[in-house]
Amino acid sequence: MDLLLWGVLPYVVLVLLVAGAIWRGRYDRYGISTHSSQLHESRMLRIGSPLFHFGMAFVVVGHVVGLLIPQSWTDAVGVDDHTYHLLAVSTGAVAGVAAVAGIGILVYRRLKVPAVRRAGLRSDRLMYGVLIGAMLLGLTATILNSAGATGDYDYREGISVWFRSLFAFRPDYALMADTPLAFQLHILFGFALITLIPYSRLIHMFTAPVRYLFRPYVVYRRRDPRRQAQRPLRRGWERVR
Amino acid sequence: MRVMAQMAMVMNLDKCIGCHTCSVTCKQVWTNRQGTEYVWFNNVETLPGQGYPRRWEDQERWKGGWERTRSGRLRLKAGGRAKRLSTIFANPDLPALDDYYEPWTYDYKSLTEAPAGDDLPVARPYSQTSGEPMDTVTWGPNWDDNLGGAPENAPKDPLVQKVGERIRFEFEQSFMFYLPRVCEHCLNPACVSACPSGAMYKRAEDGIVLVDQDRCRGWRMCVSSCPYKKVYFNHATGKAEKCTFCFPRLELGMPTVCAETCVGRMRYLGVMLYDADRVAEAAAVEDEHDLYPAQLEAFLDPRDPAVAAAARASGITEEWLDAARRSPVFDLIRTYQVALPLHPEYRTLPMVWYVPPLSPVVDAVAATGHDGEDAGKLFGAIDTLRIPVEYLAELLTAGDTYAVEAVLRRMAAMRVHMRARNLGEAPDPGIAAAVRLTGDELEEMFRLLAVAKYEDRYVIPSAARADAEALLGEDAACPVGEKPGKPTLLNLSPTRRRSA
Repeated sequence: MDLLLWGVLPYVVLVLLVAGAIWRGRYDRYGISTHSSQLHESRMLRIGSPLFHFGMAFVVVGHVVGLLIPQSWTDAVGVDDHTYHLLAVSTGAVAGVAAVAGIGILVYRRLKVPAVRRAGLRSDRLMYGVLIGAMLLGLTATILNSAGATGDYDYREGISVWFRSLFAFRPDYALMADTPLAFQLHILFGFALITLIPYSRLIHMFTAPVRYLFRPYVVYRRRDPRRQAQRPLRRGWERVR
Repeated sequence: MRVMAQMAMVMNLDKCIGCHTCSVTCKQVWTNRQGTEYVWFNNVETLPGQGYPRRWEDQERWKGGWERTRSGRLRLKAGGRAKRLSTIFANPDLPALDDYYEPWTYDYKSLTEAPAGDDLPVARPYSQTSGEPMDTVTWGPNWDDNLGGAPENAPKDPLVQKVGERIRFEFEQSFMFYLPRVCEHCLNPACVSACPSGAMYKRAEDGIVLVDQDRCRGWRMCVSSCPYKKVYFNHATGKAEKCTFCFPRLELGMPTVCAETCVGRMRYLGVMLYDADRVAEAAAVEDEHDLYPAQLEAFLDPRDPAVAAAARASGITEEWLDAARRSPVFDLIRTYQVALPLHPEYRTLPMVWYVPPLSPVVDAVAATGHDGEDAGKLFGAIDTLRIPVEYLAELLTAGDTYAVEAVLRRMAAMRVHMRARNLGEAPDPGIAAAVRLTGDELEEMFRLLAVAKYEDRYVIPSAARADAEALLGEDAACPVGEKPGKPTLLNLSPTRRRSA
């Protein structure tokens, strides 16, 4: 069981993520959009959306730092355990609470404003469920851990080591066996969320417009006469009736 | 000199009767789909009025177009790249659906399925976005058509507010005209410049501005950055959509749907050549009043051999050059200089221009019991009727009344000259001279503006020949008649073919 969950599942998630992203990029570019509902409702969105997105950005950075940077490195630069956790928990708490508050506003808006509700995608219900589940479980795990309810478990000696072992293709799944349940559930929800990225509106995170900062303002394009012929109807386009 | 070609449009506002045929045919062709219920690529506004979306001209609110920085450079009014990317999660300048209008339909079933009874069944309005019943429909397309509700609505017109107090109490004897609007297909498009994903582009061949639907990611920056509010968000697909200038029709040499179906025959389509090297400079001139002349100077005269040579060097085909020489749009913009750009102060260098309406002036003269075609009276009225002129100037020349007056005088001179012609009198050559044209030129102008034959209004080079040349190289040359020496003859009888 541990082997399946912590040794095999991560790679299944990775394959589903990469395959899905490639499929969307090749066959469903038309479907890739933020699917913004700002046209219908702006007041709540203008508070909730930046809170959620910026909060999430910091949460992701926090995860990367926590999971990828080995404890020996921070020890080497002289950051002791106590300082590290104080920093991690304080910044993480601010970002996490912002993100949770943001998604709270966004989901409330999605459910309560009829036009926004109708503009939702079919995949939204599942995606919101998994997203909120992952976020709340993450906060729960952090709170339990900081409060000492998980004994003296240190994720930097457990989860982080296991996570890095995944990249070496020698998953140290035994390490995960005695990880507290809250962390385990958080990770499983995280897997579900990552799997959902290419199959839901979350795909828009892969299209972050970084190149905009460097391109000239006005884009010119030439018609390509070789591409003028009719092309087969592609996914998402409405049929001519 | 880097010559580029642009398909451009001119609308003669004097002849717009506000019938909305253009809007309806455009809607039937392009936006009769779910997600675009509220979208009108072409709409006709009554002015003075708020327009669609409401108060779209208020750039302090929507931050559309460009602004000139103190150092003389252009910057999008909504801010620099980094600033706008930082607001990508919630665009602070995006109009809400209510600023356009909430699209609705009626519960028609209740009419046909109501049981027999004493009362007439009623169909309730239902929102097409939320599906909920609407208690009261409070705004819709052309809600203020023909100054409907003007005492309440028209004072909110941003241009009325600019022109000032006086316009309000003159509403009784007021002036009114229609403004049909499509995408301006600007030379310096703010929407393209604001698109984070690079999905919007200007076609190099004909200057048409389009949205690549496969690349659009729904960031909505184009919607707010277009000062004309002519890029729309399809709320079903999550993509931006806009007027395509009916490019599939233009490529075949056919006019756009709005132009083709224009009942008043007031639209003109043709090629304009411009110097791409002068675009940035023309858009960044310091004084707003110089924007119209600067854009005029960026246009190139296709009859000039140097221009033609440079155009050929830039890959513009003979067919396009020929169309540029016969372009009615060029004549109205450059030769007669009676067409003006819409809101040049947005610094996007728009390419749908307007001949301002003389009718408010003529009506005012006629209303005082005078002859609306008397030269002295008309010229005098143009000078004294400050409000229509100032209003038109806010619309077409960034507030510079000089250019508007000059155009209106030319229109008045044409009117007076042609009346003399029609009555069999000798036209006074002084009238034409007063507007620095000749009688012949006034008559040419009359043919173009008033007679307005189909083939004079639309001079559209097709894309087909250029495509063929691009695909086949020199082999694309027509085998008939273009080879030097003996012509190749087709359809000859067998006997003559043998002897040939």
